[in-house]
Amino acid sequence: MKIVAVTSCPTGIAHTYMAAESLEEAAKEAGHSIAVETQGAAGANPLTDEQIASADVVILAADVEVRNRERFAGKPTVTVPIKRAINDPNAVLGQAAALLAAEPVAAAAPAAGSPPPPARVAATPADRGPSGATRLRQWLMTGVSYMIPFVAAGGILIALSFVIGGAQIATKVNGGTFHGVTYPGVTDISKLLAQTGLAGVMFKIGGISFSMLVPILAGFIAYAMADRPGLVPGIVAGLLANAIGAGFLGGLVGGLLAGGVALAILRIKVPKAVAGIMPVVVIPLVSTLIVGFLMIAAVGQPIAAATRGLTDWLNGLNGSNAIALGALLGLMMAFDMGGPVNKVAYTFGLASLAAGNQQVMAAVMAAGMTPPLALALATAVRPGLFTKPEREAGNAAWLLGASFITEGAIPFAAADPLRIIPSLMVGSAVTGAVVMALHAASPAPHGGIWVIGLIGKPLAWLVAIVAGTAVSAACVVVAKGLGRRSLATPGLTVDSRKVAVAG
Amino acid sequence: MSELITTDLVDLDLKATERGEATAHLAGLLAAAGRVTDLEGFLADVRAREAQMPTGIEGGIGIPHARSRFVAAPTLGFGRSTAGVDFGAEDGPAHLIFLIAAPEGGDSDHMTILSKLARRLVHRSFREALLGAGDPQAIVDLVDKEVLGK
Repeated sequence: MKIVAVTSCPTGIAHTYMAAESLEEAAKEAGHSIAVETQGAAGANPLTDEQIASADVVILAADVEVRNRERFAGKPTVTVPIKRAINDPNAVLGQAAALLAAEPVAAAAPAAGSPPPPARVAATPADRGPSGATRLRQWLMTGVSYMIPFVAAGGILIALSFVIGGAQIATKVNGGTFHGVTYPGVTDISKLLAQTGLAGVMFKIGGISFSMLVPILAGFIAYAMADRPGLVPGIVAGLLANAIGAGFLGGLVGGLLAGGVALAILRIKVPKAVAGIMPVVVIPLVSTLIVGFLMIAAVGQPIAAATRGLTDWLNGLNGSNAIALGALLGLMMAFDMGGPVNKVAYTFGLASLAAGNQQVMAAVMAAGMTPPLALALATAVRPGLFTKPEREAGNAAWLLGASFITEGAIPFAAADPLRIIPSLMVGSAVTGAVVMALHAASPAPHGGIWVIGLIGKPLAWLVAIVAGTAVSAACVVVAKGLGRRSLATPGLTVDSRKVAVAG
Repeated sequence: MSELITTDLVDLDLKATERGEATAHLAGLLAAAGRVTDLEGFLADVRAREAQMPTGIEGGIGIPHARSRFVAAPTLGFGRSTAGVDFGAEDGPAHLIFLIAAPEGGDSDHMTILSKLARRLVHRSFREALLGAGDPQAIVDLVDKEVLGK
C-alpha cells in the first residue's frame, strides 16, 4: 500500500515527530511505502504533488487542523488522534488498509503506481494526479458510501412494513385508494401508531430515512471534493433536488456543483481581517446561495418542463403497440429510480389503473422491481466487480427489489451511472414488454411480491421479472468488465496493482 | 550552539510523584543552569500545553514541553522515576520524563534537533538504553549519540 500522511499537534515540537516516526517504522515493517509531512515547528517538508497523486490512501494524524487538507480531496482518508498514531501505528495502518479494501479496484488502479512501472511514466509524463474520471468516481463513491446506510435502513423498514401490515399500509399512511378501498391517510403523526399500528410507523420512518438519500449523496459528494466547506451547499443542493423532483441524478449534479463552487470560493484570496469569518459565515452563505439558485433556476425549471413534455408524449402513445409501450415504461422506470422520468412512468401507471388498465400498472411495478434485483444478482454471482459497501447494499437489494423499492439500485447507479443505468434500463424494458405480451395485470399500485395474491396471471408476471433481472445482471457484469479494461493504464494491469498493494 | 543536555540537567532518581511537581523540579534544574529565564512564566506555558492534551505516551514516557519566551536556548531536562509519574498515558505512569524547552522564536535548526529527539523516543531500544543508564553522563552521551549523532 502506498501511503501519504500528515502529522500535526498543538506545539509542533514533540508529538508531530513521534507520530511520524511511529508511522514510518510501522509502515516499513509491514512493507508499505510511506511519505510523511510533519506540520511542526521544524520547518516544512511538504508532500510533493507526485507523492499525493500516486498514494493509495491518506492518513491524517492530527489534533489540530491539518493545513492544505484540500490536497487530499477524493482520496480514501483515515483521520486519527495523534496519540493513536504514536501508541498504535499498526492499528492505524490496518484502518487504512481496510478503507482501501473497500475502495473499488478500478478507482484505485490508476493511482496505485508503487513502484510506478516505467511504461506508465513514459505513457503519461505530465500525469500530476489521478485522471479526471478517477477523481470523479472517488467523489461519487464517497457520497454513495454515506448514503448506503440510509437506503438499507429506510428500504428494509418499508419492506418490513409491507410484510407486517400488507401492501395497503402505504395507502393507509399517505391516503388514497388501494384495491377499491379508500383511506383518508394520517395527517397527525402523533396518531400514526394508533391508526396504522407498528407497520404504519415503520413505513413512515422508512420514508423519512429515504428522504435523506439525495441530500446525503449530494452533501458527501461535495464533501469529498471540497472538504467541510462543501457539506452545507451539497446538502442544501440535495434537499432542493428533492424539492424540484430531480431525483438522485439531480442530487448528483447538485453535489458536484456544490463541491465545485465551494472549491472556487476557497481559492479566492481574502484579506486577513475577513479570513476569520470565511469558514463560518461567508463560504456557507455564498456557496449555498449560488448552488441553490442554480438548482432552482437552471435545473428545476427544465426538469419541470421535461416532465410535462414526457407526460403529454406518453398520453399521446395510448392505444399504440402495447408491447412497445411496456418496454418504454421499463426504460423510464430504470432510468432514474425515483427521479422525474421514473415518476412520469409511475404516474402514467397510476392513471392507467384509475382508467381500468391493470396491465400497464403491472408492467410499471415489475420494471421497477428489476433494477435492485438485478444488482443483487450481479453482486452475488460476481462479487469481485463490486466494492464491499456495494456488496452489502446488494444483499439488502433482494428485499428492496422484491418490495418494488427501486431506490435500492441508487447506490450502484450513483457510483457508476454510465455503466449501471443503461444496463438496468435494458432489463426493465424486457420486463415491461414481457408483462404486456403475457397480459399480466396488477390492481395494486405498489407492494411488489407482497401483493402477488392480487396479481392477474402471477406466473407470467414473475417470468417477466426473472427475465429482466437476468438480462440486467448480465449487462451489468459485461459493462463492469468492459469498462475496467479501458480504465487501466497501459503497463499497469490489475495484477500488477495487486502485487503493489500486497508489497 | 550550547549543549542540548548536560549532566546537571539530569535527575536519575526523580522523587516527585505528581505531574506538576515533577515538571517543576526539572524546570528548576533548567532555571538553575540559566536555560530558563523565568521559572514561573515557563511553568505556566508548560501547564497550558499539558492542559490541551496530556503528554504521556505509551511505553512509560512523559514529555512535558513548551515553546516559551522564557527559554534562552533549546534544552532538555531529563528525569527518571522508579515509582512512575502519571502523565495521562493509557498504559500507566511515565518512568522516563523529558522536559523539552524550546525558545519561542527558535530557529529551524533548533527545532529540527528537538524533532529528532521526539523521533528517537518511539524506539524501544532508545527507551531501554535510557532506563538502563548508570549515571547522568551516560544519559548525556546517549542523547548526544542518538539525537545529535555525535
